[in-house]
Amino acid sequence: METIPVEHGFVLAGILFCLGLIGVLTRRNVVFVLMSLEIMLNASGLAFIVAAARWGHAEGQVMFLMILTLAAAEVAVGLGLIIQMFRRFQTVDINVLSEMKG
Amino acid sequence: MLELIWLLPAFPLLGFLALVLTGGRLPMQIAGPIGAGSIGLSFAVAALVASEFLNSGLESFTYEAWVWMSVGGFNPGFTFYLDGLSMVMMLIITGVGFLIHLYATGYMSDDPSFARFFSYMNLFVSAMLMLVLGDNLVLLYLGWEGVGLCSYLLIGFWYTNPTNGYAARKAFVVTRVGDTSMAIGLFLLFAQLGTLNIQDMLHAAEMQWSVGSGFAVAASLLLLGGAVGKSAQLPLQTWLPDAMAGPTPISALIHAAPMVTAGVYLIARTHPLFEMAPSVQLLVALIGLVTLLLSGFTAMTQSDIKRILAYSTVSQIGYMFLGLGVGAWSAAIFHLMTHAFFKALLFLASGTVILSLHHEQNIFKMGGLRKALPVSFFSFLIGSLALTAFPFTSGYFSKDEILLGALELEGVGFWFWLGGVVGAFFTGIYTFRLFFIVFFGDSHAEHPPGKEVGGWHMNGPLILLMTLALAGGFIHVPLDDVFSHGEGYGEHHVSGLIHGIMIAVPLLGIAVSYLFFMSKTFSVDKLMASALAKKLHAFWFGGWGFDTLYNAVLVRPFLYLARVNRKDIVDSFYALVVTVSQAANGLIVKSQTGSLRWYALTVAGGLVVMVSLGATL
Repeated sequence: METIPVEHGFVLAGILFCLGLIGVLTRRNVVFVLMSLEIMLNASGLAFIVAAARWGHAEGQVMFLMILTLAAAEVAVGLGLIIQMFRRFQTVDINVLSEMKG
Repeated sequence: MLELIWLLPAFPLLGFLALVLTGGRLPMQIAGPIGAGSIGLSFAVAALVASEFLNSGLESFTYEAWVWMSVGGFNPGFTFYLDGLSMVMMLIITGVGFLIHLYATGYMSDDPSFARFFSYMNLFVSAMLMLVLGDNLVLLYLGWEGVGLCSYLLIGFWYTNPTNGYAARKAFVVTRVGDTSMAIGLFLLFAQLGTLNIQDMLHAAEMQWSVGSGFAVAASLLLLGGAVGKSAQLPLQTWLPDAMAGPTPISALIHAAPMVTAGVYLIARTHPLFEMAPSVQLLVALIGLVTLLLSGFTAMTQSDIKRILAYSTVSQIGYMFLGLGVGAWSAAIFHLMTHAFFKALLFLASGTVILSLHHEQNIFKMGGLRKALPVSFFSFLIGSLALTAFPFTSGYFSKDEILLGALELEGVGFWFWLGGVVGAFFTGIYTFRLFFIVFFGDSHAEHPPGKEVGGWHMNGPLILLMTLALAGGFIHVPLDDVFSHGEGYGEHHVSGLIHGIMIAVPLLGIAVSYLFFMSKTFSVDKLMASALAKKLHAFWFGGWGFDTLYNAVLVRPFLYLARVNRKDIVDSFYALVVTVSQAANGLIVKSQTGSLRWYALTVAGGLVVMVSLGATL
């Protein structure tokens, strides 16, 4: 069976991670920021899976499960925060949240 | 029984705590008995202890309540030392103090800060007792500073008037000059002799130092500085007349009886040290003589009843210093005691006069008061007679002892005696000037006196003090063991002429005063007509220009320096630290944009930097 080279998996994970990071940094809509964060989390999850498959270890799978749980919790909290933010400011523009400016 | 001595300062301290912990809000009916009662209890214990001590025949008695601190070989304690000297002092303080407290319950009865007043008074008595009973100089210094603090608080008691606050600060600062000198003296004594226990220290000094050695001179000179400040002698006498800003019982308690004589006590207590420095001892006599003459002149020109008494106090303490300086130790302490009687009497009586005239203090706005104020009249009569050393009053015996002591000194002794006699002449003039102007002649009062204020708690102390001022001279002061140099009583053998002069001169002063102020045979106005007399009057009225001098030499330059150095040079270094921190803060604040995305970028960027660093290394 032809296996996907491990480098491909890592490169894909890296690209996904960078895309997510760019999304977090550039998007102003806080919903998209949250989605980009999800992408970053999944990118790191992918990296774990690939590594686990390459070296035949189960820990990678376990880590992915953990990341999954973490992502679910994060989304729950994040969405809650977004709703609060919208109630308060009537907008989802993240630049509005600059009251802590020194 | 003697162990009860620790109760002496404890009672007033408890009274102070009770009054101060209730925030001065106790009603008069409770605060009065606490304030005066604590001193009364103290006096009862003092009388018990004293009679026990006299019966026991002990030379001295030491009771250690507890060790205060213990550092190496230095362990001063709350140790009370009782001998003839401290016994006399503690009886004066608690006895006269109790009478003054009792009087004050009447005098202050319409003051809203009644309880606060008594809390300060009690603290004062407690500190004063520690001063005289302490067996080491550290405890003595604690009491010394304690009475200084209380004097500050009490002079400025009516603090809503800024001049009172000024007088209080002046008293505090001026006495502080003396206290600093005394503290340095203590350091010197400890550094050289290794102990501050008074008796040990004196023994060690006699062992290690020869008569007239540099250390003995320096140490006694520094202690003298402290005594001069506290006892308002030249050159630190300027605070006492201003200290009359406080309520009159304060003037009696602090500035007549115990506190200002603390300097006399200090010198008497450490007298072996002064005997080892004859030059300093001579200086003590000289200071006393000059002070008593200068303040005698000043007292003759004053118009404020309390200032006259204040200057006469300065002058009488001058006599005590003269006595100390010529080695008539017990005569000086004897005069201290009789002075406490008659000066407290005079001050309290002046309090009655002032209160009856609705707080009028100018003697030229009084006059003809002998009918209206009979108790004050007799108090003043007896007090003035004792003050001028009228024969067989208390002041006569004590002042005679001092002057005869001076006469025994070889060489300069005669001049000291002469100066003292001249001073007695002035005492006669200024005392009876006050007496005649206030109680005889026509009334110049703006508000004619109503009934004389009084009541048993004001008149009772006056009557007791009258008795003491009259008969106090017959009290034998048991000081022979303390001053073991055999200059006891009645050992002076001088001609009848000398005795005659000493009796006649005060009477002459009284007569002069009578001719000027009573019969008006001579007119003061004529005497004052010439320009020179006016100038002299102004000069003496201002206390020989000492205030002006100190203002010009010390206060003004200090204020000038303060103004020049308004932006404190030393402080600029710390200001620099502040400026640098603020600038750095300004820079760092810029990075706190509040933008979430910016923060995320810096986190990511930091991560990149760290990882790449980790990869390259």
